[in-house]
Amino acid sequence: MNKIVTSAKAALEGVRDNMTILVGGFGLCGIPENLIAALRDSGAKGLTCVSNNAGVDDFGLGLLLQTRQIKKMMSSYVGENATFERQFLSGELELEFCPQGTLAERLRAGGAGIPAFFTPTGVGTVVAEGKEVRNFEGRPYVMERGIVGDFALVKAWKADPFGNLVFRKTSRNFNPMVATAGKITVAEVEEIVELGEIDPDQVHTPGIYVQRIFKSPSLEKRIEQRTVRKV
Amino acid sequence: MPLTREQIAQRIAREVQPGFCVNLGIGIPTLVANYIPASMNVMLQSENGLLGMGPFPFENEVDPDLINAGKQTVTAVRGASFFSSADSFAMIRGGHVDLTVLGAMEVDREGDIANWMVPGKMVKGMGGAMDLVAGARRVIVAMQHTAKDGSSKLLNKCTLPLTGQKCIDRIVTDFGVLDVMKGAGFRLLEWAPDMTAEQVIRATEAPVEVAPGAGPMRF
Repeated sequence: MNKIVTSAKAALEGVRDNMTILVGGFGLCGIPENLIAALRDSGAKGLTCVSNNAGVDDFGLGLLLQTRQIKKMMSSYVGENATFERQFLSGELELEFCPQGTLAERLRAGGAGIPAFFTPTGVGTVVAEGKEVRNFEGRPYVMERGIVGDFALVKAWKADPFGNLVFRKTSRNFNPMVATAGKITVAEVEEIVELGEIDPDQVHTPGIYVQRIFKSPSLEKRIEQRTVRKV
Repeated sequence: MPLTREQIAQRIAREVQPGFCVNLGIGIPTLVANYIPASMNVMLQSENGLLGMGPFPFENEVDPDLINAGKQTVTAVRGASFFSSADSFAMIRGGHVDLTVLGAMEVDREGDIANWMVPGKMVKGMGGAMDLVAGARRVIVAMQHTAKDGSSKLLNKCTLPLTGQKCIDRIVTDFGVLDVMKGAGFRLLEWAPDMTAEQVIRATEAPVEVAPGAGPMRF
């Protein structure tokens, strides 16, 4: 089975309106830039996107907000995006806020076949409203549900043809969990190496989770806050 | 004179013990890092997946794949590790992070904190704040003691939507250092050098008891 696809269009074959799409990345770090652009070009509408952030106005998932392809976002923080704010306030866009750690764990659980779990995060806040709260050892915990998606789009540094993935530095972030939670997981990667070239001890995401591999034709890797110190 | 932002950060740095793993929030908490001596061997945790965060990079070291939770370019120190968001919040929620310092709009006598949402204003999201206050071993809040109109931000009961319940241990404001007595009110430990205990008590909505041995802060 050849997992390597050579066009962004082929990478997203099967994406339809109203699907749930999971997207890796933290801010603009470790986002599958080319797959997001391809998702926009697919024209699929009514999407539910699960991603820690919503990109910025003209980059990342912000691109799909501009074209109004996203019906609902599930995120922990969306503060960097004015398009988001406008669409949310006008009622065009649904939003489910999810604490960052809870979002990571919901994706991990979804990918691991766990439908729900209890967490202390958010007890006594709006996040816990309407959810079961149960005491364990005298402390209250709220039940949160696992998340699975129709498609999972991740960005990795290296892949081999089986789909074993290696991430680089803090661009790993949500990508490993997102990779496990998609019915079809597409990995956009900077480099495809020979089978055996990745030391098995160094694999971050085993290839069983990855159905398609797409090499980035180019990457912008935009920086949100360029902070430096003087020599 | 109330403390400056830098002085609040400087005071909070004294709460850090050698070998601690510490998560610092955005704003005044970020400044705390500047006052932790290297000899303490403290590891800074950034919830996007880095334990061992270093200073900002030199121009030629900038790496878009290496950022902190504020999306700023940073460096990694010797002995640092990278990991996924799930691992990061396992550290946080699992009580492995010794200390978190974060800002707040309101705190109350129960140790509740509100710092993520003002109804009617655009809501940006809670990010990792709810996980941090629920999970870190010790939670210290860095904040201004009063609002611009002079009203107290240390309340009997928070009025804004909560970030977490019964989770705050200590508060360092521009007026002083106070412990949360989980229900009974606040206990004043130190106050700004040019202020008095009475001024802090008057500026606090909830009851404040002055701890034995309490006194003005020294810098």
